[in-house]
Amino acid sequence: MSLEEKYPKEVKQILSKYPPENKRSAVMPLLYLAQREEGYLTKAAMQDVANLVDITETDVAALVGFYTLYHEKKEGKYRIQVCTDLPCALRGAEEFMESLCSNLGIKAGETTPDGFVTLEAVTCLAACDKAPMFQTQGPDGIKYHENMNVDRTLELISVLRKSGRR
Amino acid sequence: MEHILLRHREIPDLHKKDTYEKNGGFAAFKDAVTKMKPAEVTDVVKNSGLRGRGGAGFPTGMKWAFIDNKNWPHYVVANADESEPGTFKDREIMEGNPFQFIEGVAIASYAVGANVAYLYLRGEFWELASLLDEKIAEMEEAGYLGDKLFGTEYSLRIHTHLGAGAYICGEETALLESLEGKRGQPRVRPPFPPSYGLYGKPTVINNVETFTNVPMILAKGADWHKSIGTADSAGVKVFSLSGRVRKPGNYELPFGTTFRELIYTYGGGVQDSRAVKAIMPAGASSSLILVDGDKVLDTQIDYATVRTLGADLGSASIIVIDDTVPMAWLVNKTVHFFRHESCGKCTPCREGTYWMSNITERIHSGHGTTGDVDLLLNVAKQIQGKCLCALGEFSTMAVVTGIERFPQDFEKAVSPVPVPSLLVRENESVEKA
Repeated sequence: MSLEEKYPKEVKQILSKYPPENKRSAVMPLLYLAQREEGYLTKAAMQDVANLVDITETDVAALVGFYTLYHEKKEGKYRIQVCTDLPCALRGAEEFMESLCSNLGIKAGETTPDGFVTLEAVTCLAACDKAPMFQTQGPDGIKYHENMNVDRTLELISVLRKSGRR
Repeated sequence: MEHILLRHREIPDLHKKDTYEKNGGFAAFKDAVTKMKPAEVTDVVKNSGLRGRGGAGFPTGMKWAFIDNKNWPHYVVANADESEPGTFKDREIMEGNPFQFIEGVAIASYAVGANVAYLYLRGEFWELASLLDEKIAEMEEAGYLGDKLFGTEYSLRIHTHLGAGAYICGEETALLESLEGKRGQPRVRPPFPPSYGLYGKPTVINNVETFTNVPMILAKGADWHKSIGTADSAGVKVFSLSGRVRKPGNYELPFGTTFRELIYTYGGGVQDSRAVKAIMPAGASSSLILVDGDKVLDTQIDYATVRTLGADLGSASIIVIDDTVPMAWLVNKTVHFFRHESCGKCTPCREGTYWMSNITERIHSGHGTTGDVDLLLNVAKQIQGKCLCALGEFSTMAVVTGIERFPQDFEKAVSPVPVPSLLVRENESVEKA
């Protein structure tokens, strides 16, 4: 099923934001929409988006490769993206990340064996006063989690796991 | 003093339309559209001394006046791509006081004759974009946005647009490329956006905080705004204070506040009562200001005065470094950031940040030599002045000032082996060319 068939209202609403002669502007919001369910963009999905805004699949792939919030392969259902940039690192983000890795038994960049969580170190998320912090990127969009510790993070993961089963 | 931008801290529920209206909201926009000519609005902003809060400090009214009136349509774009490590003010403004921000965008749009404005938010501000979408819908319903506003011929639509994770999109021309659905890579300037902006049309781009200042300036007048702050920098600034302070956070204070007041009176002092070793006033893009003695701490913060300390104020994202932090570690952090965020368009930045990060990693991990420090400085200086946008330049600021102002930190981190003669010859020839 094409993106337009699946989300007719959303596609129309996104396209309406930009002048019809500049509909290429809609490519980024459309990519978010295409990524919503699976958490990554398949070749077919990129072709679909390319058709909607009249650009080539190569143009779309160039964007997917450039912007860090688009993903080209299937990884964890939820991505936990911990900011380890300078201001957060000055407030314990590196120690937090290390401890989270050992608790989950994976390294930064890896996915838990059940395919539920991918843990990543990322650059500044504009929450430097509330470190350690991370965002989750998953089927429900992007959410911030601030002033975190390892226990609260593990609790969050278990809540997410339960809600996924329902 | 009552807040001008972070008014939600005094007024609960300011993010609700009724509350915002009750506190004078939308009156400035309505007055502008119904009683003032566009050029008069620009003049008020010009006379107020408001300078852009995104980092460059360019006079806002002057930017608006540059809009090319021979080429139409015009656009207004809000830069909400807040991504500088150490900056987290725009997020609080948009969450706490969203209508004042949007009203500022609306006033700017009227002033430059734009009928469409875009709010470009970094992709991570996903939840914030939904919130702003709701606010925009409420304003449309109440007749503050839409066609023929307040019975005039003026129409305005505002749309949000999410980026997708790229620091470079905070650079205004890279932002425009991204908004056009392309890779966020800076354009060659000139032409500047007021003559060639979104879709090649004249465009005014300002930072969130800049726009949020505008409704109050219109309501209270240019002289009121000029009376706050210093002669060089009028008004208040939201300082994002982070790093090794007891109470990190946003502090809205007049320009002219000293570093000491900000760090000790508002920030509660340094963690574990350590001494301040360095201040980065402009986030990771900043030069490192060496703090020894009282002079730096007693310096007033405004654009011109901070420059006398050998640093730019930028977006005033002030990172406090205490005496436990080794500069070789810190520089390794900032260089890795820029290596990751370099858009790849200009060779000196793309390759330079890559090679700098190899060297800083070597030094930081204890495998560096004296020659590596010289080499690092050499590579940094070859990036400077050779890139289309400021990112390349920014990547070298902490490197160069770190090595020059904190040489003992680097001496301590490396073993005393000089640079291999082969590298010296290579680099000399590069410099001559």
